[in-house]
Amino acid sequence: MPTAAPDAPLTSTTIEGAIDHLRATYPEAVRADDREGYGGIIVDSAQLLDIARFIRDDLGFDYLSSATAVDYLGAGDHMEMVYHAYRSRGGGALVFKAQAEREQPEIPSLVSVWRGADFQEREAWDLYGIHFPGHPNLTRILMWEGFHGHPMRKDWREAYYEEEQKPFDSRWPGGHVHRAEEKNVFGKNVSYPREIDLSRLMDTSESAVYQSLGLGVDVERVMDKDGFETNELVVNMGPHHPSTHGVFRMVLTVDGETVTSLEPVMGYLHRNHEKIGERNTYLHNIPFTDRLDYISSMGNNHGYVLAVEHLLSLGRRYNEPTYRCETLRVMMVELSRIVNHLWAIGFWLNDIGAFFTPVLYFIQERERIMDFFEAVAGSRMMCNYMRFGGLFADLPERIKSVSNLVNDRARDYNTMQFLTEMVSERIPRTIDELEQLLTQNEILIERSVGVGVLSAADAINYSAAGPLLRGSGVPYDIRRADPYSIYDELDFDVAVEDAGDMYARYLVRVKELRESVRILRQILPRLEATQGESIWADGKPGAYAPRVPLGEAYGRVENGKGELGYYIVSAGGKSGTANPWRYHVRAPSFINLTPMGIMSQGHKVADIVGILGSIDIVLGETDR
Amino acid sequence: MYGTGLAKGLMLTLRHFVDSYIDDIRYGFRKYSHSVDNFGIRQGTQTKGVITVQYPDEKVAVPERFRFVPFLIVEDEDHPTRAGKDWCTSCGICAKVCPPQCIWIVRGNDPDTGRPVPEPEAFFIDIDICMNCGYCAEYCPFDAIKMDHDYELASYDRTTHHIHDKARLSKPNSYWRSIAPTRAYEEMLARGTWEHKDAAKEARRGQSASRSAPRPAAKAAPAPAKKEAQPTPAPAAQSPAAEGATPWSEDDAKREERRRKALERKARRAAKRGG
Repeated sequence: MPTAAPDAPLTSTTIEGAIDHLRATYPEAVRADDREGYGGIIVDSAQLLDIARFIRDDLGFDYLSSATAVDYLGAGDHMEMVYHAYRSRGGGALVFKAQAEREQPEIPSLVSVWRGADFQEREAWDLYGIHFPGHPNLTRILMWEGFHGHPMRKDWREAYYEEEQKPFDSRWPGGHVHRAEEKNVFGKNVSYPREIDLSRLMDTSESAVYQSLGLGVDVERVMDKDGFETNELVVNMGPHHPSTHGVFRMVLTVDGETVTSLEPVMGYLHRNHEKIGERNTYLHNIPFTDRLDYISSMGNNHGYVLAVEHLLSLGRRYNEPTYRCETLRVMMVELSRIVNHLWAIGFWLNDIGAFFTPVLYFIQERERIMDFFEAVAGSRMMCNYMRFGGLFADLPERIKSVSNLVNDRARDYNTMQFLTEMVSERIPRTIDELEQLLTQNEILIERSVGVGVLSAADAINYSAAGPLLRGSGVPYDIRRADPYSIYDELDFDVAVEDAGDMYARYLVRVKELRESVRILRQILPRLEATQGESIWADGKPGAYAPRVPLGEAYGRVENGKGELGYYIVSAGGKSGTANPWRYHVRAPSFINLTPMGIMSQGHKVADIVGILGSIDIVLGETDR
Repeated sequence: MYGTGLAKGLMLTLRHFVDSYIDDIRYGFRKYSHSVDNFGIRQGTQTKGVITVQYPDEKVAVPERFRFVPFLIVEDEDHPTRAGKDWCTSCGICAKVCPPQCIWIVRGNDPDTGRPVPEPEAFFIDIDICMNCGYCAEYCPFDAIKMDHDYELASYDRTTHHIHDKARLSKPNSYWRSIAPTRAYEEMLARGTWEHKDAAKEARRGQSASRSAPRPAAKAAPAPAKKEAQPTPAPAAQSPAAEGATPWSEDDAKREERRRKALERKARRAAKRGG
């Protein structure tokens, strides 16, 4: 319940104006977050639901980008949920937080306000043990049911635990090597916590497979040959299925061949990326981000360095990246967007039956881009190219290999010539071929038009991002809505389609391919103009262990698959820290699966494969 | 008309199919020959289609910056004073900057004084854990650890073959110059000598009688005028130490002294922690 009626309708469009308005309406429940380096507001948990509705409806922040938890063990000893809400017409974030005591944390669920909070709250429950009253299905999402403890809590330690933070003391100067597995803390003497029901692990019945999914269907009963009283059937797809693009499982409830509900099950590739990230130093994390969405590692690097650079800029010793550095970053990111979309369209076609002919045509072009990445960054996929305030290295003069003791067949091209040829001839030619092959293809149109429809309102409410959001008629592209790097000076259009079906998503991707080429055409003269300029502001590479000032930062970029965000908290001594306190990845592949259920309802089983393909996920990022 | 889109698409597949034969005829079926000369035809920018590289009969040479598991640089066997000596000073930066923490270094100690010496006693890299990020090479202040181009590391037993020790890791400087000539040359320019920093320092110390020329000038001196010039694998010839252009300054002596003391303090602390 609002404690005071709003004095006047909201007139200001700024974030500050919105916060003032909110504070005037809820004077007791809202206070500014005045910790050093923090921003936004802290909201009283008891009124969180009302305030969230007010933020969505009255203040217009209808898009919940990220909801994540932070464990402040030893720094206030509380759990905190951090929400980043945006307006779908563009602009900055309204950051609001709710706190709860650490032992039995309880924060009201916001699923009734933003459906996009669904998976993210389940993740916070799974990894932090925060309870969300009001959540429709608060079960583990990344860890398996029966897992003991909540692994992201600061006092939880993994197997082979060595130290809280890297670098580990045992490596130098007395680094006598041993394998972690030889020092297995569990050894052969495994003991199970009391809560685990061991008999369940032996349970091979059908119902055990679907336990905790909340399907509302009695699996045993429909499997009974005599039980004709129900016509619903539960079908398990995955995790080992070629159409799931990795290890991903979907549990479908089908009526005949029509899907009535779909429940995504994930976590098979979960490695607790975020916990690893909190043990790491800031620099260590860059190559780890490559392994999230491994199709577009340049974009992953970019989001992360943006977040850390924001934190670094709070300190005294910080140099902004040079113009050449920004140009190179944008070029790399756009090239990886092209790779991503060629890949996404190609494999989506595999999913709906055009087996491998189109995708091989696209991979041909992708190979050239990979060659370029390899020559510049040293690796085709795990680029690890960006650094805080700079890059690994400038472009080499020539894309060149030398035949030597180990490898024989050499290549040698001028880099700028190679790039120019690629941007002005090869990639546009491939996109033309792609369109000729597919856009008017009647089979493709019949398979995809009207299938997997997501309305604009749902897309926003479910926190969909990227081509999934823009394919539903919401012209939201972070490069325009909340520009970063040098995107505000580049000329390009936001690709958007209104239909909201699989075909619309395909068209958005094709348009984005063309827009990326348009951006690259503007990048090339900028590269020529900045030739010789350093990629580092002070001419020399950054430190190997930068100390990052206290504070929080949310760096988000428009990656190929959607909004990729990094929420980073730096907490520690006065001089800053070398290791992040909290490192969270807002993964588009993960959150874009939230509307998978409603998109699949009423379609045939064969379409589910196509719908999943049209979302475009990478399990490295989904499961983290 | 229904089916036009389909026909257009199929025309494209047909064109790709025909093009592959046209390409074959244009290059006189040389695409299928394994000779080195024909490799450019098959992997060039002008060729159409994807053509399989006949691995392992032929291997595409990787670009210079390609990174696979690291190796340690040791001085060439024909070096007059430092043959086979490690470039590594066991400063430990690579171990600290390694994201998966797969580098293990035992720092050497002088058997008489117990003081740390700038040379690793043992050096291990667990290549199962290495993520090939290249940080060790990037942040090494002595250019002593580099990323290799040899990616064929499969073995039948990971427990015996996959922890590389110093003997397995060490490769001569000339190997690095052969796999990455441009970068080796750039590093030489930055370092001011083809030799290890310390070797150059030693040489300077030997000729420190005259402390005339200022340091910055000396630093600028060894940079050759022509940038396009390919580095020749003759380290001693281009060494500035040989030309006697770099004198030893008072500052260097002080810095060396400070460094030595700091290293001692560190060793004491480590010893305390260990005990």
